[in-house]
Amino acid sequence: MGAIEIIKSDYIREIIAKGEREDGRKAMDYRNIAVKTDVIDHAEGSAQVDMGNTRVLAGAKIVVDDVHSDTPDQGNIVISAELLPLAAAEYETGPPSPEAIELARVVDRGIRAGNCVKLEDLFLEEGKAWTIYVDVYVLNYDGNLFDASTLAAMAAIANARLPTYKDGSADYNDRSKKLEINSIVASSTFAKIGNSIVIDPSGAEEAATDARLTVATDGKVVRAMQKGLSGSFTLNEVEELVNIALEKHKEFIKHIESAKR
Amino acid sequence: MASSLNKPELIVNGKRLDGRSFGELRPLKIEANVLKNAQGSAYLEWGNNRVLAAVYGPKEAMPKHTADPTKAVIKCRYSMAPFSGLGEHGRSGPNRRAIEISKVTKEVFENVIFLNEFPGSEIDIFIEILQSDGGTRAAGITAAAVALANAGIKMKDLVYAVSAGRIGEHVVLDVNMIEDNYSDADMPMAISPKSNEILLLQMDGGLDKKQLKEGMDMVIDAGKTISKVQRDALKAIYESR
Repeated sequence: MGAIEIIKSDYIREIIAKGEREDGRKAMDYRNIAVKTDVIDHAEGSAQVDMGNTRVLAGAKIVVDDVHSDTPDQGNIVISAELLPLAAAEYETGPPSPEAIELARVVDRGIRAGNCVKLEDLFLEEGKAWTIYVDVYVLNYDGNLFDASTLAAMAAIANARLPTYKDGSADYNDRSKKLEINSIVASSTFAKIGNSIVIDPSGAEEAATDARLTVATDGKVVRAMQKGLSGSFTLNEVEELVNIALEKHKEFIKHIESAKR
Repeated sequence: MASSLNKPELIVNGKRLDGRSFGELRPLKIEANVLKNAQGSAYLEWGNNRVLAAVYGPKEAMPKHTADPTKAVIKCRYSMAPFSGLGEHGRSGPNRRAIEISKVTKEVFENVIFLNEFPGSEIDIFIEILQSDGGTRAAGITAAAVALANAGIKMKDLVYAVSAGRIGEHVVLDVNMIEDNYSDADMPMAISPKSNEILLLQMDGGLDKKQLKEGMDMVIDAGKTISKVQRDALKAIYESR
């Protein structure tokens, strides 16, 4: 960290300790969230999410695949995330960083564990099934990529249309059937800064964060969690944050449902 | 999670497939100081898991741009041997899963090591999974903590890790591979036992609030047993001298 970054980080820690945030939010307030779906016509489903100044784009492609030998009765869903070099000055080209891999795997785990798409529904015929590839592109970084990416991936899946399966291959000109959705998973990410905890950390807040906890829920049960960074949480804090994440799920449902196609 | 087609009955007559009760750990053995060249090392057997952990450093951070002038940096590599699994030959070298585990493991030890005492240096933690049977990241962290202590690296606590999970309606401790493949939730945790602070927490599957609490309490409870095996391994080095 350079001198300016250290001063900024110290400033964030100071005001958070007083219960304030840089942008005037309360501890458990999200920034403004905007979801636009069907932004890429060629994708079977797509969504762009703005969470404050963080912007991510998710595109879902649905392809005919051979089934896996250990799961011959179902299809597959594969979610990836990429930190594009155009999204922040610090991002570089090259192989994915551990941070990018963690982001992709955490988003994938939440949506997979939530059985958002019933994988049995993706079965086509003996040996063949749909695979849904969801790629999340981070276009502009300002913190909390976990929640923005999960929301974008989920919105893209929730609005996806299946190609028609004909003679062993997909007809992409006929995508009249909606992909059936089983549940909606949303994640809430918390940043512990000193002894305070805030939701939806901005980029500047993340730079000052000691410990991070992401909780993905389907509104009823916890579907995935990931603690990150070198700080710690107490058992009570985890329980409390899980309660908040379960509550916040309602807000995310609204965002996904109000996103017009 | 594997297909439900071939799902075995994981609990029979209130016991798990390997005969354990819900809150019971698999047998755990640790031996410290097993490698000559490393500053510290540990060999761990936990159920059918076989894990080797080694620590090198503190030494000058290389390449130089990775150095932090204010504190030591930790470099951690978790890796699974290609022969470690019961099934096919694994691919050698770290895959995406291993890179994620290496990252969260590194973050666990950044919490407990007094990094400020070694500015500009690096501490390397190598975790090799020689045989895997579920819960290898927890086994790796538990072994690495012993290896770090064996290396004489100052830490504020001796960390342990173990996972809780859910099989049907039952919350269980220390999930093995067959349970993990078909279980309804898996939640690895690493704990700093002096304060019971959580240094690693991952989870996937489904847990309601009550099950989450029950799982976390099981992990805390298991700490007494695991910590004792860790401390005994370190004590044994001096006894054998």
